[in-house]
Amino acid sequence: MRIMSRRDFVKVTGTGLALTTIPGFMQKTLAGMAGGSQPHELYFQRFGVDPETIRKVMAEALAHGGDYCDIFFQNTLSNSIRVEDNIVNSASTEVELGVGIRVLKGDQTGYSFTEDLSLNSMKAAARTAANIASGSKRVPPTELKAIDLTNHYQTNLSYEDVGVQNVVSMLKSVNDAIFQQDSRVVKAGLRYSDSENYILIANSLGEFATDYQPMIRLISFCTAEQNGSRESNYFDYAARDDFNFLTPERLERMPREVVARTLKLFEAQPSPAGELPVVLKAGGAGILLHEAIGHGMEADFNRIGTSIYSEKLNKKVAADFVNIVDNGTNPHIRGTINVDDEGIPSQETFLVEDGILRTYLHDRISAKHYGLEPTGNGRRQSFKHNPMPRMRNTYMLNGPHTFDEIVSNVKYGIIADQFTNGQVNIGPGDFTFYVKSGALIENGKVTAPIKDVNIIGNGPKVLEEVTMVANDLELSEGGWTCGKNGQMVPVSQGMPSCLVSSITVGGRG
Amino acid sequence: MDIIKKGSAPDKTQLAHWAQKYALEHGADNTSIVISRNRSINVDFRDGQIDKLKESTQNSLWIEIFAGGRYSTHSTNDLRQESLKKFISDAITMTKFLGEDPYQALPDPALYKGRPTMDLELYDANYTKVTPEDRVARARELHDLIQGRDERLISISSGFSDSHYENTHLKSNGFEGNYESSSFSCGASVSLRGENDKKPEGWRYYGARHLNDLPAPQQIADEAFQRALDSMGQQKVKSGKMPLLLENSAAGGLFWRVLYPFTANAIQQKQSFLEGMQGKRIGSEHLTLIDDPVIVRGLGSRYYDGDGIAAKKLVLLEDGILKNYYVDVYYGRKLELKPTTGGASNVTFKTGRRSGAEMEADLDRGILVTGFIGGNANSTTGDFSLGVSGWLIENGQRVQPVSEMNISGNFVELFGSLVETGNDPYTYSSLRSPSLLFDGVSFAGA
Repeated sequence: MRIMSRRDFVKVTGTGLALTTIPGFMQKTLAGMAGGSQPHELYFQRFGVDPETIRKVMAEALAHGGDYCDIFFQNTLSNSIRVEDNIVNSASTEVELGVGIRVLKGDQTGYSFTEDLSLNSMKAAARTAANIASGSKRVPPTELKAIDLTNHYQTNLSYEDVGVQNVVSMLKSVNDAIFQQDSRVVKAGLRYSDSENYILIANSLGEFATDYQPMIRLISFCTAEQNGSRESNYFDYAARDDFNFLTPERLERMPREVVARTLKLFEAQPSPAGELPVVLKAGGAGILLHEAIGHGMEADFNRIGTSIYSEKLNKKVAADFVNIVDNGTNPHIRGTINVDDEGIPSQETFLVEDGILRTYLHDRISAKHYGLEPTGNGRRQSFKHNPMPRMRNTYMLNGPHTFDEIVSNVKYGIIADQFTNGQVNIGPGDFTFYVKSGALIENGKVTAPIKDVNIIGNGPKVLEEVTMVANDLELSEGGWTCGKNGQMVPVSQGMPSCLVSSITVGGRG
Repeated sequence: MDIIKKGSAPDKTQLAHWAQKYALEHGADNTSIVISRNRSINVDFRDGQIDKLKESTQNSLWIEIFAGGRYSTHSTNDLRQESLKKFISDAITMTKFLGEDPYQALPDPALYKGRPTMDLELYDANYTKVTPEDRVARARELHDLIQGRDERLISISSGFSDSHYENTHLKSNGFEGNYESSSFSCGASVSLRGENDKKPEGWRYYGARHLNDLPAPQQIADEAFQRALDSMGQQKVKSGKMPLLLENSAAGGLFWRVLYPFTANAIQQKQSFLEGMQGKRIGSEHLTLIDDPVIVRGLGSRYYDGDGIAAKKLVLLEDGILKNYYVDVYYGRKLELKPTTGGASNVTFKTGRRSGAEMEADLDRGILVTGFIGGNANSTTGDFSLGVSGWLIENGQRVQPVSEMNISGNFVELFGSLVETGNDPYTYSSLRSPSLLFDGVSFAGA
């Protein structure tokens, strides 16, 4: 199903259904919402503020001598629809609106937020945040200048204009197709969700930025039975894109993929245990980078010296052909942002270049500490949270080898192709990632499938063990979410196929 | 009707009744509404100064709509009456586009009856007495108790936070509930300079409903520092099957993964390895698990669950035999099972005679697990594979700090290998496990 003209579409289906609602003063801004290239004025209207109001709030925020303040307005409209037991058994909508006010004094943070966007309420929140400082007042900027941004997720259709019944019919056809794949399928489930995030951020440097951040996600679940045993698996898509992201090709692939992933588990043998060579298949395997190096490179840990990477900048950490980036500009990828939540335009940042550790991921606090420009990694879960250095899309660039060369190089080891979750301890550098499915490699050939095995290693050690990198980089289209200090942000990751020569595989021996 | 006066918090009960009436008049057949307000304040202290002060109040209205056999849920933080009118109308309109689901309906009101009448003491009257200066002083004290102890110290972070939560729940077939609760938490984390650029870390955070139930600052500081020292020189040891002694405060990292398979949701969706196991053995005779929602000051204590079902104890496992599942109203209808309660409150264990320390002293060779890192479990098959850290124990002595290892197996096997439970349930969590000793667990390391 491809939807061409959004306005006509609304008329045809007769919905015009606001799946979501917004406060009265914003309603006039609704027309022409899709696309992410709305004029700035619409954002000011959406939040019922003007530069003068913002200046008044900043005056309160800086009343005790803060070095810097920023004001983060956010309005998020989310919908989800769930299919279970062949029917749409639930749907939900969520509206969030509010403003977070942050005051910095050196590297100290004062933070407060309010869900009430009246001037009095914002001023009260600003006064709370201002208390981190205790000096004489500073003067807010006299004017606000817009920061120029490039749009990395242009869309042509707002989710609202798709119409619930069109989403429902798409879900029903995917659901039916899952059951049609194989008679062993006994249960299927689908969760569709979309979210539109509108932000306006202004700071005491006299700058402001606006952004429209769409996100669509579709997850499929499947359980199958064979000879009295049962297996479940899932497959999902996520993107900063409109409904047309769910192309016929992607929608046809989903049922095939989720069923194949589930049935494969019936053939799985117990994984071997202990230190083994592990081949990571291109794509979601970038979870290794996220945990093994990404978090450790977040500059908040490094500026206080608690990361295992704190002394390794400009040192050789991996083979020459290893290049690792954290990039916020990949079109439509889940971790992409036009601007970070501190008003810094997104960019591509090299963590490792030709095997040498290059740049930490900075927010404003750490960039100031190091005397560097921020890298656009200052992100937050919502207006209820202060920004921190966070990853965007983290991946390794292509290397000199091929997938076949890598596999044929392994005498006895495993190949891992589906990943679910990972974790890291920043200081010691120990990290894990969970392999939902993979296979044994014996004498250079992929043999029996394996499943459900955790892999654990130490970040810098594992980087040294990356001995082959293929030329088949894939960015994951899955719905990855990264948690840090209780805040969740959408990210993605990618990897060319690669060989880790030795790492601990948690099989049963 | 002017429910929300400017500058004051909305009267939640009045607002809930108004929203219910409005929804029923605009096409909903039934509703369930939760209005909540949460005020929280956090102080983070680091290396001699306040790192972050955060203060916030949030409101939300959550409405479940039942209309024409269809069901949807909606939430908003914009509680202005005019906004809510449009929000609720839109929600009802949208619901009518969904499929009919004969199982979606409000619970039988008989389930609401018999709510506990005792005071669970979820709210601490001391809450309002905590001043901004107190919070900073408490966070600073933890920091100062650790500072200067060791020349390898890199960084000390400590924190104190408290919150006040108010909740009103109204269902259109006669359920109404109101409660408020407080919570306090504090703790510290410590980073040390280790070998090979490693920065061993240790932390200890505690949470309680009442301020005076938090451990003494000296204890918290000692534990956080000791845990950082413990992780100095951690190494993996050789793979093999060994006894696993699981520290009481770490057990939650294992047991929360088993809660979903205990639900009617998982069973009905064929994602539970516990399906069909009622009355059967899934653990050794040492394993008794009881869901107990009526523990005074318990972190998971409640008077009723999300369906409005009056809280009562539920035996999940008795001497290793599976007795009951968590059955909520919706999946109970699908499975034709009588609802028990939708999910975990406090999970308690039958305790044994000895402390974790006594069990450790008696261990010939095994691994004391003090923390989990990553890993996952397959609820459909019961297989798990989890990263662990702790100590290698030989002849009752801690001989080598251990990390970068995994344990793998199946929950039924693991529970069957439980040979002893301690007398030391951990009360700073809703999973109140004592120390647990398992025999013959597969560890993967070097």
